[in-house]
Amino acid sequence: MAVMRIASPATADRLPGTEPESPGDPGFALYVHWPFCLAKCPYCDFNSHVRQGVAQERFRRALLAELDHFAARTPGRRLRSIFFGGGTPSLMPPETVAAVIERAEMHWPFEGQIEITLEANPSSVETAKFRALASAGVNRVSLGVQSLDDLALRFLGRLHDAAEARRAVETALSCFSRVNLDLICGRPGQTVEAWRSELRQALAFGTGHLSCYQLTIEPGTRFFTLWRRGELALPCEERQAELWLATEEEAARAGLFRYEVSNHARPGEECRHNLVYWRYGEYVGIGPGAHGRLCWAGSRVATRTERLPERWLSRVERQGHGTVEEEQLSPRAQALEYLLLALRLAEGVDLHRLAALAGGHALSFLDVGAIERYAAAGLLELRGEKLRASPRGMLMLDRLLVDILA
Amino acid sequence: MVELSRIRNFAIIAHIDHGKSTLADRLIERCGALDAREMTSQVLDSMDIERERGITIKAQTVRLEYRAQDGRSYVLNLVDTPGHVDFSYEVSRSLRACEGALLLVDATQGVEAQTLANAYQAIDADLEIVPVLNKIDLPAADPERVKAQIEDIVGLDASEALLISAKTGEGVEAVLEAIVRRLPAPRGDATAPLQALVVDSWYDPYVGVVTLLRVRNGVLRRGQKIRFMGTGAVHQIDRVGVFTPKPRDVAELGPGEIGFITAGIKEIADARVGDTITDERRPAAVPLPGFRPSQPVVFCGIFPTDTNDYEHLRDSLAKLRLNDASFVYEPETSTALGLGFRCGFLGLLHLEIVQERLEREFGLDLVVTAPSVVYRVHLTDGTMRELHNPADYPDPTRIARIEEPWIRATILVPEDYLGAVLELCEARRGRQLDLTWVGSRAMLVYRLPLNEVVYDFYDKLKSVSRGYASFDYQLDGYEASDLVKLSILINGEPVESLATIVHRSAAESRGRAMCEKLKELIPRQLFQIAIQAAIGSRIIARETIRPFRKDVTAKCYGGDVTRKRKLLEKQKEGKKRMRQVGRVEIPQEAFLAALKVG
Repeated sequence: MAVMRIASPATADRLPGTEPESPGDPGFALYVHWPFCLAKCPYCDFNSHVRQGVAQERFRRALLAELDHFAARTPGRRLRSIFFGGGTPSLMPPETVAAVIERAEMHWPFEGQIEITLEANPSSVETAKFRALASAGVNRVSLGVQSLDDLALRFLGRLHDAAEARRAVETALSCFSRVNLDLICGRPGQTVEAWRSELRQALAFGTGHLSCYQLTIEPGTRFFTLWRRGELALPCEERQAELWLATEEEAARAGLFRYEVSNHARPGEECRHNLVYWRYGEYVGIGPGAHGRLCWAGSRVATRTERLPERWLSRVERQGHGTVEEEQLSPRAQALEYLLLALRLAEGVDLHRLAALAGGHALSFLDVGAIERYAAAGLLELRGEKLRASPRGMLMLDRLLVDILA
Repeated sequence: MVELSRIRNFAIIAHIDHGKSTLADRLIERCGALDAREMTSQVLDSMDIERERGITIKAQTVRLEYRAQDGRSYVLNLVDTPGHVDFSYEVSRSLRACEGALLLVDATQGVEAQTLANAYQAIDADLEIVPVLNKIDLPAADPERVKAQIEDIVGLDASEALLISAKTGEGVEAVLEAIVRRLPAPRGDATAPLQALVVDSWYDPYVGVVTLLRVRNGVLRRGQKIRFMGTGAVHQIDRVGVFTPKPRDVAELGPGEIGFITAGIKEIADARVGDTITDERRPAAVPLPGFRPSQPVVFCGIFPTDTNDYEHLRDSLAKLRLNDASFVYEPETSTALGLGFRCGFLGLLHLEIVQERLEREFGLDLVVTAPSVVYRVHLTDGTMRELHNPADYPDPTRIARIEEPWIRATILVPEDYLGAVLELCEARRGRQLDLTWVGSRAMLVYRLPLNEVVYDFYDKLKSVSRGYASFDYQLDGYEASDLVKLSILINGEPVESLATIVHRSAAESRGRAMCEKLKELIPRQLFQIAIQAAIGSRIIARETIRPFRKDVTAKCYGGDVTRKRKLLEKQKEGKKRMRQVGRVEIPQEAFLAALKVG
């Protein structure tokens, strides 16, 4: 099965339209949301739920039904990537993963180098399934290691310890051609030196991709409650900036370069799936609470499915899909989304594309004066058709974005 | 035409919250002027703002028909009066339409500063005054003590004071009887040439200017040609009517009657309050004594938040002015705030009301700069100019002296809070003129610079006395003072809209407080911001806002885009409310908050 899935160039060439991986084509991807976790982490505000038993058969059928539903509305595409996110998709039965992949390929021919990623927790139970998942077609795994420090892992409410994490990375490397490690930095009391040392250990595994997220306090999480009570304090902004810069430096030393605010990769190892988001490509989202951006009849539609797993399931069983929201995006909204996503990338924003999305009113919604001011201050770079944030600018991207809108 | 002996014109004067509107409602209800369905609470407070704040801004009248115990039917004209100190001028002109007044005092609270101020105005206007004690149904009511206060402080005989509860209706019948029996009927001569006093006028979009008037002599009829004796304008009457409180047409209005006319008048300037209306064909020889025109005492700048709203603001001010001749405005340009207007008001509450009406009725989003009083600047060349705006402060070397307006304030305060109130008055450069005792309360009379009162004196007074102090004032002339212009600089650039004129002794602490407030409210930006306070070129306070180091969302994937886009749009909307000073963005709230500190 896996062999078949690595589509031959001949297969890819049969379809008209886009060249695979061509820079002008942001691509088409499939996101699959698996909403279940063994425990809710205190920092996580994602759509995840802890359930005693999951009706596996019904969920599998529902995912496939929803996949069929969206596929009927997006014919003629070639698929660049599938991403199983969550929740904890490593808890998915491998048969479900395999079924989704197989059904996806029935609907859309795969691009030559299709990337099929699954998010996994590094616990021993899940690691044991890696080989089965690989046989199902998964060729990239994103490991939620979060830290290589036992104390930190306990603080983050993780169910694994550092030793388990190390074993998981080793197993992943032997099962999948591409592996990403997820780390969380900016934990309370974390020093730059301690972070550098932890980072070096992580980079020593030799994975081609590293995601480092600054710990953020999100409303509705346990950390939020603690933080509001004053029982949890994040490092000061100055420290956070230092941690961010240290991450970039250490990763670069290992040959991984920052290509997005929180992501580093060896050249060519960037996550193709996430690049579809950041380059504002087209993506179908299935499963509870999944979002999509689809091009229908010349306009772009934002879709969202029901968040609650049980309600999503009954909706899909009743009507073939769990969509609860469909918003036709105005040209301005599309341009804004592209801007806020693509400015996160080191490669930056393509101004022609931005103007085209904005509906021909070329950049009328940008404050050119502000852009020039920030370019002069070294926070933005305007070269040819590209607008990019410098590393210093990227650190303050949220603020920059507000300022450069007219 | 109603026969003079059957007319009673009266006002209710009271301190705020002593139950004036409730009593008015009871009287209207008792006389059957409105049916139950029409009887919304506090009928006379017609504007939303009035109803919400429980205050009356414009004079309202209502004509009541009452069959008294003597078997005769009377016409009672109730002239409502504004309750707030800002509008004391309007009180005085409303009282001029009456022969009598009910002095309404809360039997649980006793005499308050406005009771006193309004009662004195009524006494000055030679009205017959009937004291009425309200809220006697409450356990805390102490009628005997309050009667004693009325006699001691106001100097009125309270032995026949009426005891009522406007809320329950108890004693309301006795009030109506007292109006008939104890208040004098108006005097006048129906055969003499027409003389009618313009009590109020306002603009109605359907019929033009409506003029509220009180006939002294002669008769007003529909179709009659009239002349305003002050302006000389001649108009033909379209409609003659009375308010019941709904407008109701009548054939004519004779001596002693209060009612309204419309006469195709386009602007309220043509129907000036205090003017006398006479018959064009048979004019009176002399006008009635008029009113002194009201003078704005507090000025501030009003700017649209969105600079595109300038025209809309201009039109809205013009429309408001149609109904409120007591506020004035002229165009003003500010570097920080763009195009707007310098506006003058009768007081702070008046300012707030106009601002609220602009925002609510006209949908405007406004920036209102610090209120300032009118200074008299005497220049070295011997000339004098009035300063309405700190931005117009002349070169200090050309100033011989500056005079500022003072007020004479009356404050009634329970003993426990006297110390705090004295401290407040002293801190505001007050000079004590008198301190007497009214039972367990002190009656303080202070001379204070108006400048010290316009910002937050009233709020502070309420807070140091836990709401128990009452306050009223009247303007009391100009006096030279050691005043300086306090400038605020943002990254070295002076911000005119933050400039204030303060007493030299207060400049430093005020400058420091303003810098601190600005530091608190100006968001950090991508560069460092220096905030300074200065007198001339001398810096007296400084604060620094450190720049951002990091502000970026850690995770942004396919499921986060919608939320992120919406947040960005919201932040951008928020940015619209920012004002640019050089490169620095300052939220409007920061301007206002900085100007409120002191």
